[in-house]
Amino acid sequence: MECSAGEFKHRAAQKLGDVKLQAALRRLQDKFVDGRAAALAELDGFDSLADAAAAVRERALADLDGYLLRFEREAIARGAHVHWAETGADANRIVVEIAAAHGVRTAAKSKSMVSEECGLNHALEQAGIRVTETDLGEYILQLAQEPPSHIVAPVVHKSKEEISELFHEKHHTPRKTDIAELCREAREVLRPAFLGADMGISGANFLVAETGSAVIVTNEGNGRLVTTLPRVHVVITGIEKVVPTLEDLATLLRLLPRSATGQAITNYVSLLTGAKGERDPDGPEQMHVILLDNGRSRLLGDELQSILRCIRCGACMNHCPVYQNVGGHAYGWVYPGPMGSVLTPAYQGLENALDLPHACTMCGACGAVCPVRIPLPDLLRRLRERQTERGLRPWRERLALRLWAWTAKRATLYAVGTRAAAWLLARAGGKDRLLHRLPGAAGWSAGRDMPAPPGRTFRDLYRERGRR
Amino acid sequence: MRVGLFVTCLVDLMRPSIGFSALKLLEHAGCRVVVPETQTCCGQPAYNAGDAKAVRGLALKFMEEFAGCDYVVAPSGSCAGMIRTHYPDLFRAEPEILAELEPLCRRTYELTDFLVSVMKLERVPGRFSGSLTYHDSCSGLRELGISRQPRALLAKMPGVRLVEMRESTTCCGFGGTFSLKFGDISARMADHKCDHGEATGADALAGGDLGCLLNIEGRLRRRGNHTTRVLHIAELLAGEEGQD
Repeated sequence: MECSAGEFKHRAAQKLGDVKLQAALRRLQDKFVDGRAAALAELDGFDSLADAAAAVRERALADLDGYLLRFEREAIARGAHVHWAETGADANRIVVEIAAAHGVRTAAKSKSMVSEECGLNHALEQAGIRVTETDLGEYILQLAQEPPSHIVAPVVHKSKEEISELFHEKHHTPRKTDIAELCREAREVLRPAFLGADMGISGANFLVAETGSAVIVTNEGNGRLVTTLPRVHVVITGIEKVVPTLEDLATLLRLLPRSATGQAITNYVSLLTGAKGERDPDGPEQMHVILLDNGRSRLLGDELQSILRCIRCGACMNHCPVYQNVGGHAYGWVYPGPMGSVLTPAYQGLENALDLPHACTMCGACGAVCPVRIPLPDLLRRLRERQTERGLRPWRERLALRLWAWTAKRATLYAVGTRAAAWLLARAGGKDRLLHRLPGAAGWSAGRDMPAPPGRTFRDLYRERGRR
Repeated sequence: MRVGLFVTCLVDLMRPSIGFSALKLLEHAGCRVVVPETQTCCGQPAYNAGDAKAVRGLALKFMEEFAGCDYVVAPSGSCAGMIRTHYPDLFRAEPEILAELEPLCRRTYELTDFLVSVMKLERVPGRFSGSLTYHDSCSGLRELGISRQPRALLAKMPGVRLVEMRESTTCCGFGGTFSLKFGDISARMADHKCDHGEATGADALAGGDLGCLLNIEGRLRRRGNHTTRVLHIAELLAGEEGQD
């Protein structure tokens, strides 16, 4: 997927004015924030479980090559093929080659954010393969030709009415407003896509090293259809998704659905292990697992390594007050919200996403809800520091900060400056003691007044009091 | 007990009455208060802008100014959080500085936290009468665990009726330089805070960080609300609200 994170400010402004989007974002917040809180309240202790989950993820990352090789051995032993892809283009090429080798003309896909990273659908279409997204949200987006705006609820930005209109236009069916009816219509359209697909493509929420299994956590039945009906099943996922054991998986599964959608468990948790065996009544004849790097290994041993713990629950974005107001499309690449503001610069280049690490008030809500204890505010701050170190911040901002820090170290000079500022601001405040315009700080005064100060600094008043 | 008052740069410039209220409360609690006259700013704006180096000098300056204090208290969760949780990170590779700085940081408190947790204050001088709603500022809440402390102190004022707003723990949109860089997003966040605050019908909205209060009040006034008062917890507790 093309990265347009450089347009964050402009896009965010548009999204703030999008009334339908704003209503959709309110609904998301009510559902997921409250849902998570209720689901976690059932557990004895979120804190101890999150510590355990973070430890599982760190253990996997500390010996990532070892666990990946173990995964490869176990998967091959169960009849799967394992491919290693350095870039998204490599992953696409491997899928196209597998398709060519098995005469694949059509593919059915379940939801995969990693495939969005690669732009897989486009690559397959270029190779003459018809791809159908079968996750309901992703299917809607495929019809609308839009990218996902949330990693768990990809179509959260669209209202029921918009979807009704889209189905009417694309399916040439009468308009429906009932959600159940819309779902039925999608199911009817999608059924032949499952049955006719030569290849099924899925992502993986986790890979289990000890069994060579790919795990998918879903609420729709499409995941199982895609991974069992077509004769070839291709899993495409990131190398960081591996966990050592099934027991580790169980720990993470206690947190993932609760953090994501507020469910104790999703409708389906599928462990896909190897191709169809001799005694299996069904399943794919071929199972291929593509392990994608695409910038991940660069983060190992780096200060940002903890972002690789991410289990893609989306809690950080659901709780982020910036995401809640601008939605996912403003962020300009596959992953939005706080985790995306770390991943986009990490994978797409610091200079290509300058605003993202700054598009955060450092409120800390993301870090507080993260089920694997990723210190997201610290990582975002670290990215800001890297921008400064590499001279990527505007010179005016750098100069202002330096000048300010220099002055703040010189108490007498600082006192002179603040005395003057207090006097000036008080004068400018006028009768209603409000500053309606702030020269040089239009970002503030475009939407807010500034309560004017009384005119004397604490320091001056305190000294005067001492003399009295 | 010798307590250093860290006034904070924003209070010094924008609302000195908060500093004097904090002083009054600390003295009321029986502390001997010192106010180092050379203090300026904790450096958080530069720290969050990605210039940690610029903050080191300010951290050392802080250490020097408050060296002899049993405690340091600031009427701000944001500044106290900066000192307490982030200053030590600036000197991780320098054990000699850390040996002196870290204990001082651990003795640095946000005002209401100090009054409740350390001084176990029984009575407060404030006399505010009316309904209040309380905004939980982010750094104080998530870095220092400040939530029950201001409420416990307000409960000691018989005239105060606390009416909680929806999403009191959601960021108001201030975020320091965020409010300038992303003014439109920031103002929208402030809007939600104003909506929730106004929905309680409270006479005043209170909080523990002046930055948030300027942001919320600025948005309220721009929206045409000139009646809801926006007050710092120190002013309320000290009975100095409405003073300059």
